[in-house]
Amino acid sequence: MAHNSGGPAILVEGLTKSFGNVHALRGIDLAVPRGTVLGVLGPNGAGKTTAVRILTTLLEPDGGRALVEGYDVVKQAAAVRRSIGLAGQSAAIQEELTGRENLEIIGRLYHLKWPEARTRASELLEQFGLSDAADRAAKTYSGGMQRRLDLAASLVGRPRVLFLDEPTTGLDPRSRLGMWEIIRSLVASGTTLLLTTQYLDEADELADEIVVIDHGKVIAAGTSEDLKGKVGGDVIEFTVPDRTLITNALAATARIGEGEPHADPETGVVSAPVGGRGSDALVDAVRALDAAGIQTRGLALRRPSLDDVFLALTGHAAEEEEPAGRRRGRKKKDSSPMDSERTAS
Amino acid sequence: MTAIATPASAMPADIEPGLGTRISWAVSDTLTITRRNLLVWIRVPAYIVFTVVQPVMFVLLFRYVFGGAIPVQVQGGYVNFLMPGIIGQTAAFATFGTAIALAQELKKGVIDRLRSMPMARSAVLAGRLVADTSRMLITILIIVGVGYAVGFRFSNGVGGAIAMVVLATVFGIAICCVAAWTGLAIGDEESVQAFGMIWLFPLTFVSSAFVPIQSMPGWLQAFAKNQPVTNVIDAMRSLALGHGLPLETNLLKSIAWLGGIFIVFLPLAVRAYRRAS
Repeated sequence: MAHNSGGPAILVEGLTKSFGNVHALRGIDLAVPRGTVLGVLGPNGAGKTTAVRILTTLLEPDGGRALVEGYDVVKQAAAVRRSIGLAGQSAAIQEELTGRENLEIIGRLYHLKWPEARTRASELLEQFGLSDAADRAAKTYSGGMQRRLDLAASLVGRPRVLFLDEPTTGLDPRSRLGMWEIIRSLVASGTTLLLTTQYLDEADELADEIVVIDHGKVIAAGTSEDLKGKVGGDVIEFTVPDRTLITNALAATARIGEGEPHADPETGVVSAPVGGRGSDALVDAVRALDAAGIQTRGLALRRPSLDDVFLALTGHAAEEEEPAGRRRGRKKKDSSPMDSERTAS
Repeated sequence: MTAIATPASAMPADIEPGLGTRISWAVSDTLTITRRNLLVWIRVPAYIVFTVVQPVMFVLLFRYVFGGAIPVQVQGGYVNFLMPGIIGQTAAFATFGTAIALAQELKKGVIDRLRSMPMARSAVLAGRLVADTSRMLITILIIVGVGYAVGFRFSNGVGGAIAMVVLATVFGIAICCVAAWTGLAIGDEESVQAFGMIWLFPLTFVSSAFVPIQSMPGWLQAFAKNQPVTNVIDAMRSLALGHGLPLETNLLKSIAWLGGIFIVFLPLAVRAYRRAS
């Protein structure tokens, strides 16, 4: 049992880390109570991976401190490593070996005896639906299967705190749902989980608490409902099939809502926060768009998603593609932390 | 789905294991990593082709195609001159595998996972070196066998033959340290491979491995004479063949070179592993 059975599973205070003159983390605070899920949400290069690498003892922070299960990640790194599991952004498995061999080797490296390592491998293969493929080389697995094997590997040592760095990045929608199912059952068994993601629906779906990180700082924290409250009500959303009319559509809906409408130039989706005005705003929007002669598809009123939250907090969408200055005012600063995160993965 | 992870951990986190336990873990972790690396090697036919078939082709190529045009003053002719050279080159080239494997593991996050686990931190590099050394030794023995089939003979007794194989292996391990450092520091498979070509090709070919240095232009001789591969291969040749070939100077120079390589590159490799990202 850990010596701080009362405290939070993860406690982070004022954590900073720079790579050269790139400030990946600029003072992060986090507290994750035992048995809960924290979703760390942010775009590429926000500092998510850097934070996970510090918490899993792979990287030393420049300033601040971080405790996992009460152990300092720098001074008591060995104890931290005995308490955690890590699954990173890619499947960290030996593709030439079978799924079973991969897990048995990890078991041996956790200093299980051979029979125990074998049993543990079989258990996990069974639980992750990999029994049929257990004795095939992992390179014959689908992407989803490889990620499941990777997650299974992170659980061999029965960690109390699990770190999943973008566990579903690059997976097809069906594998993603399967992964969510597995993650939910892990949490149900009492494991504390820190999950980073770029996908707002993922954080919404899995996390008890969410922190939003951008440019190495926590810019918002709370439950998914709290964060949605920050947008202040409902959102009107519609698609403009004729992309050349997007500017007109923004102008037409500028006055009906409570905030600036936002348009995605690629998909033609326009969304406008309308606060508590609900269906009145919907009627206004129909009139305004009609008066401006703009055809739309799928005009509807909906509850705000975390996408809207991200937009409201940062002024840019979370899943916008990164480089080449498409984002206002973040060209120079942002390209480097992104690079450092990529090499860090 | 039933509970997947029982929170009860496999081991208590706050009890620090004693020194004895830590040493026995370091040994067993190294063996586990060694076993894993050797398993990977035998599973991939391409690796076996690269490590075994390629040097065999070099033996045949130099013995029967180029060899006739290369005059040497060695008893038993060119094949006896050639074999220590090929064996040295094989040991050096075997380290491509070391660098590439480490770069791949780094890129895929395998090294991150291992570093986040409570295993001995030395085991990943140690296991890599032990596995690659075993692989190298097997390859060297195969090459010696092929050499015997095409007319090579040890002529300095069993002791000399064993000493030659040992020297070749130690040389290979030294180059392995350099390769491990490049693999971890560069961290990209293709770049590591290209970089390996750039330094290993000139080092092995501009040496006494395949031709007598006297046949090279003077400016090149200056490099060829004083570089480690030549010293090591000349020492190996003396150990294998005897016949009054100068052993002592070459052996001392080899030991100095190899010692220097270990002193510089082993710490660099360890540092690159610790900082690997």
